[in-house]
Amino acid sequence: MRTYLTTIGLEVHVQLKTASKMFCTNSAEYFGAQPNSHVCPVCLGLPGALPVANEKAIESVTRFALALNCRINKQSKFDRKNYFYPDLPKGYQISQFDLPIGEQGWLELDGKKIGITRVHLEEDTGKLIHANVNGEKVSLIDFNRSGVPLMEIVTEPDIESPEEARSFSKLIHQIARYLEVSNADMEKAGMRFDANVSIRPRGATKLGNKVEIKNINSFRFLEKALAYEIGRQVEILESGGKIIQETRGWVESKNVTVSQRTKETSPDYRYFPEPDLPPLVFEQAQIEALKNSLPELPAEKSKRFEEEYSLDKKYVRILTEDSNVAQWYEKALSLYSKEKSKILANWVVEELLRIIHDKNLIINGVPIEPAGLIELLTILDKGEINQTTARRVLVRMFETGNLPSRIVNEENLAQLSKSEDLESVVEEIIRENQKAVKDFKNGKEASIGFLVGQIMSKTKGQANPKTAETLVRKKIYGNQSGS
Amino acid sequence: MNDLFKLTLKQAAEGLKTKEFSSKELTTSVLDRIKKIDPKIGSFLLVTESIAFKQAEKADKLISENQILSYLTGIPFALKDIIVTKDIKTTAGSKILSDFIPPYSATVYEKLEGQSAVLVGKTNLDEFGMGASTENSAYQVTKNPWDLSCVPGGSSGGSAAAIAADLAIYSIGADTGGSVRQPSSLCGVVGLKPTYGRISRYGLIAMASSLDQIGVITKNAEDAALALKEISGYDSRDSNSVEKEVPDYEKFLKDDLKGLKIGVPKEFLSEGVDIKVKETIKRAFTQLEKIGAKLIDLSLPRLKEAIAVYYLIMPSEVSANMARFDGIRFGKERGEFGPEVKRRIMLGTYALSSGYYDAYYLKAAKVRTLIREEFKSAFEKVDVIAGPTSPVLPFKIGERADDPLQMYLADILTVPVNLAGVPAISIPCGLVDGLPVGLQIIGDHWQEGKILNTAFAYEKNYPFNDKPKL
Repeated sequence: MRTYLTTIGLEVHVQLKTASKMFCTNSAEYFGAQPNSHVCPVCLGLPGALPVANEKAIESVTRFALALNCRINKQSKFDRKNYFYPDLPKGYQISQFDLPIGEQGWLELDGKKIGITRVHLEEDTGKLIHANVNGEKVSLIDFNRSGVPLMEIVTEPDIESPEEARSFSKLIHQIARYLEVSNADMEKAGMRFDANVSIRPRGATKLGNKVEIKNINSFRFLEKALAYEIGRQVEILESGGKIIQETRGWVESKNVTVSQRTKETSPDYRYFPEPDLPPLVFEQAQIEALKNSLPELPAEKSKRFEEEYSLDKKYVRILTEDSNVAQWYEKALSLYSKEKSKILANWVVEELLRIIHDKNLIINGVPIEPAGLIELLTILDKGEINQTTARRVLVRMFETGNLPSRIVNEENLAQLSKSEDLESVVEEIIRENQKAVKDFKNGKEASIGFLVGQIMSKTKGQANPKTAETLVRKKIYGNQSGS
Repeated sequence: MNDLFKLTLKQAAEGLKTKEFSSKELTTSVLDRIKKIDPKIGSFLLVTESIAFKQAEKADKLISENQILSYLTGIPFALKDIIVTKDIKTTAGSKILSDFIPPYSATVYEKLEGQSAVLVGKTNLDEFGMGASTENSAYQVTKNPWDLSCVPGGSSGGSAAAIAADLAIYSIGADTGGSVRQPSSLCGVVGLKPTYGRISRYGLIAMASSLDQIGVITKNAEDAALALKEISGYDSRDSNSVEKEVPDYEKFLKDDLKGLKIGVPKEFLSEGVDIKVKETIKRAFTQLEKIGAKLIDLSLPRLKEAIAVYYLIMPSEVSANMARFDGIRFGKERGEFGPEVKRRIMLGTYALSSGYYDAYYLKAAKVRTLIREEFKSAFEKVDVIAGPTSPVLPFKIGERADDPLQMYLADILTVPVNLAGVPAISIPCGLVDGLPVGLQIIGDHWQEGKILNTAFAYEKNYPFNDKPKL
């Protein structure tokens, strides 16, 4: 079998987080709402209704385009994209054709530049629901989603594998959240993908015929659909066939792509400028101001975390995945000590985020402030509690919302470091484990560990293991010398 | 008292203010007139009698409390059936919308309701405003009150005929390529299309969005000034409406035209214009000169491209605007569209198709800009531009119905105004063989005051007192 090179270009659709829809004042937060409860004459496309552009959405897309290093068109506009589908109430979608908000950008993914062809703004469509009503098969239309602002990002064909496509999409998702332009909620179809893919034998310069895969709604499916499609194309070429340029749909339930339409039957959208909306005009100063207002982006933040806090790549990746987590970490670190950045990173990643993940929470929704964790770590550093207790206290902090000092006091969790606190426990353990004592006396040094372990377990981890060990040795040798 | 329907808007408003009569009496008089006369004319698709009485009652209460909200309070008006009215059937003259009860009202109707105006009915039109004779209505033919065998013009034929026949005190129409001015000319009444963006289009069922503009049809220029003021203004629901103060147009109305420069483009009196119309218009020019205006010869060579440009841009927008009537949500199949609507959908779809867009739509859009610029530079030299509204007298019903191209040429003098987005008014300036001729006065953007003044001074000095015999 020959080896093949893969060429992928993506179209990523991201629903924007705005209070109202793209062209009317209805709430855009439609998820889970009663069908057709978030509708008005505008998003229902009733005769006579007119669109009014959502300025927040325009700003969001402009910021996003800037974050993707795009050139912002000072003269932009909306266009009508004409096509028929029952979920498109006006018979055309208001989108952008030849003058998108942003063009010619790039995004770095693991050291490689992926070209961004364009970033534009459009409106989402309604949704068809195929149901069985009174034994009859019917198609129902829910217009709640109709008119929700949608950002489309189109890449150059610079992506070379399904894995890279997935990583790229995740990066887009991450940036959307960093900029707070979208929740890009995968469960709520807040992000959707179309992928163009072609293969060519290694050494060939001419790209193969491309196939567009539509309607993919998760990172995993994107990777799977592309992998399937590449496999399908390789099989065709290997058996001497030809790839037909066509549009295929990803069928989740069967893990396959199926043909939807070929190039010959592809629609002519008859784009023309939307006469109901005046052109968008951006001043240079406005663009500069938006550029300057951009937050630190994932790539810069990762780099800074690595350099400034000397953290491992793995921890950096986890801490910077969500800008809220990164912010939380840095706030905590500012209350702690920069030298202890690794210890803190370890606590945040291994303990805090693990609990958050297990409980299906988000960092901004937890009852623990950075100051609370730092108080806990300070108590730990002072030796008032040990590592095991500290982990227990953290769990209790989640459960009670109380500060660690209060939990330690109220629940009597302070470490037993003084000899007199441990004397009776040590005596008891020695009494009950004469065999181990004998072994130790006979030179089996490891037995001391067992005895200390027993003490730790008896004190539910509160005993200071060093104090306990000293005491055990003292008791055993004391007994010996006394015999 | 029985002749209250004859009153102008100004007279009716004064009568209500002085409590000479009530809104209910005025409304009754108009409704009785409609019952008696409209069967001959066919202006109305729907007479909203019970709504009218309710609104009149409300107006009378306000008047009795000396709470007159505007000139329009308590005055019966007719609304072109292409403007949506909540809970009142709105058909756009099309079978496609034969059962459409809008769940919302147009801004213009909300404004009128807010001033306690009285809606007597919804008037006939060419389907979705597409036509120049009102013969394209899916429901009925409207007749010209001056000669019942003639068309009233279109597309606002119902609104214009209603005013000519005193079936409402004033009416509201919409003008995409002349649909307010041309029927006003053919019916011997005053029709004003303001600057694009002056009156909110929200709730006006779109024909060609970049050209559509609501306008008023009245018995004289003074009424046009009064009505225009009350329905104009910025609307946050129409992105093309402009945040610009609405002047008190009444203040522009003076009896003479001293110092006014009127441009007379030779293209407006070229060979396509009926010789009798031409003579009447030339007489009007002389009269304008007599009351102080200075006539300045102009040439606007781009005007000859206007029809071609219009018949590319308009159908292109039509093809998209009609797409929502897809047979899914309004209960009617697309086969219910009339032939003219189908023709324009096909023309527009073609003009926008890939491979043709650059040659048709895009080229037309560029020439449109040139036409706009040509007007702009003309208005650096003159205050207003004058000429005929319609190149021909009212034509016979059926005469042009089978010849779309002839019908399209009826718009030849009015479409340039929509392409440029400037305001224009048509006023009657005489009769030829018992049929009215309209004088069109065009102003620069936002210069409604100037064209209203020109119209007012003309009619004060050379009043058009004829009325159709009905």
